[in-house]
Amino acid sequence: MVERSKVRVLVAKPGLDGHDRGAKVVARALRDAGFEVIYTGIRQTPEQIVESVIQEDVDVLGISILSGAHMVLIPKILHLLEEKGLKPNDDILVIAGGIIPPDDAQELEKIGVGRVFGPGSPISEIIAFIDENVHKLKKFRPA
Amino acid sequence: MIDDLIERMLRGDRRATARLITLVENDEEKAREIISKIFPRTGRARIIGITGPPGAGKSTLLDKLIKVVREEDQVVGVIAIDPTSPFTGGALLGDRIRMQRHSTDPGVFIRSMATRGSLGGLAKATNDAIKVLDAYGCDVIFVETVGVGQIEVDIVKTADTVVLVTVPGLGDDVQAIKAGLMEIADVFVINKADKEGADATYFELNLMLDLEKERWEKRGWRPPIVETVATTMKGIRELWDAIKDHQKFLKESGEIERKRRFRAEEEIKAIVSGKIARAIESRLGEEEVSNLIRGVVKREIDPYSAADLILEKTLGVKP
Ligand SMILES: Nc1nc2c(ncn2[C@@H]2O[C@H](COP(=O)(O)OP(=O)(O)O)[C@@H](O)[C@H]2O)c(=O)[nH]1
Ligand SMILES: [Mg+2]
Repeated sequence: MVERSKVRVLVAKPGLDGHDRGAKVVARALRDAGFEVIYTGIRQTPEQIVESVIQEDVDVLGISILSGAHMVLIPKILHLLEEKGLKPNDDILVIAGGIIPPDDAQELEKIGVGRVFGPGSPISEIIAFIDENVHKLKKFRPA
Repeated sequence: MIDDLIERMLRGDRRATARLITLVENDEEKAREIISKIFPRTGRARIIGITGPPGAGKSTLLDKLIKVVREEDQVVGVIAIDPTSPFTGGALLGDRIRMQRHSTDPGVFIRSMATRGSLGGLAKATNDAIKVLDAYGCDVIFVETVGVGQIEVDIVKTADTVVLVTVPGLGDDVQAIKAGLMEIADVFVINKADKEGADATYFELNLMLDLEKERWEKRGWRPPIVETVATTMKGIRELWDAIKDHQKFLKESGEIERKRRFRAEEEIKAIVSGKIARAIESRLGEEEVSNLIRGVVKREIDPYSAADLILEKTLGVKP
């Protein structure tokens, strides 16, 4: 397992809805679990999120979304990541949370999101998912 | 792999630059290789430390400073340091929130860093990250730290210019500044000047500077006090001018040479202490240590003699 304090997670809040209680709660919980968490605040554009991912060289991108625009914003983010040479599941682990219906979740998991966590998912599930998958990223594989 | 990353960084690739910062932060051996390879290309950037109590508005100020510096077409790097929780090893780094509008500007590179474990470790990681951003091509590098702990003070005091941010209405904080931070500040900022009490804080700071008048006169630089409102642009240009004035003073007085020497010395010291600590750890059996600890607890051996024994055993240093 990769040491959690060396796993960098960026928690991003795209979309226009103005409150970020959920995202902050998750960010704090991940910190308390021992991860290094970068929080970028509300109303982030996909471009800002992807640039932050690059500059911070994070291993995990957690997208929190409530606005209903997930089927537009998340594919856009994935597309920009690939454009910058960041392949989901290979260079970065992308997870999403918020109000995302199961059909949409399935679709998103097909196009690169590692796992969609529905509302009320216990934080332990998110932590376990990161622990089990982050070491599969290219940068953590032995050269 | 490292040669490839460096080459890409020199061509302006931000992903490679970010990766190099991670490597110097995480991996001792790689840090050594990276720094020795990029070292000839460093030393060009001006390094500006921004420190002060949590919530004083340092990150918000930086957001506005970046805007002003970008108007001069200079490339800006930011290293924003926040504490790691000593209990969980985790960290929540939130400085970026205030500066996000610059994240898509190709002339700005912002990196959040956690203090992580060790004393020497953070100083080393910060110095190395500064060098990567310097080689990448940043003209100005801001380093934001919370000015409370000794570690943070140690880091920021190696900057070319140290900006100390305070706010009105924290009477005790101005007192706290006196111990240690007062001496290293080159520019004082009273941020949140829109709040009540800014004049009183100005008066108090000015008085403290007056008391140290002889020192400033000898040095040739009396730290100016700039009042700002970081949520607007009030005082920001004045602050940037004050920083530039200090940079000019450094050059003209030759103080810059002294600063650079000091930085090099601190840097070497940090590396040496780190290496010694690790050498000792790697050569010491856990059982030996616990035996010695037990001995001290039982009063069979005093702590000085125990330390001497450890040094002799691991490094061959005779007491
Ligand atoms: N009223 C007022 N609030 C400010 C000013 N500068 C910053 N703030 C607010 O102070 C809070 C902390 O700012 P931040 O930049 O994160 O402080 P830091 O911890 O020193 O980096 C934020 O809510 C800012 O909006 C100012 O000049 N006036
Ligand atoms: Mg800050």
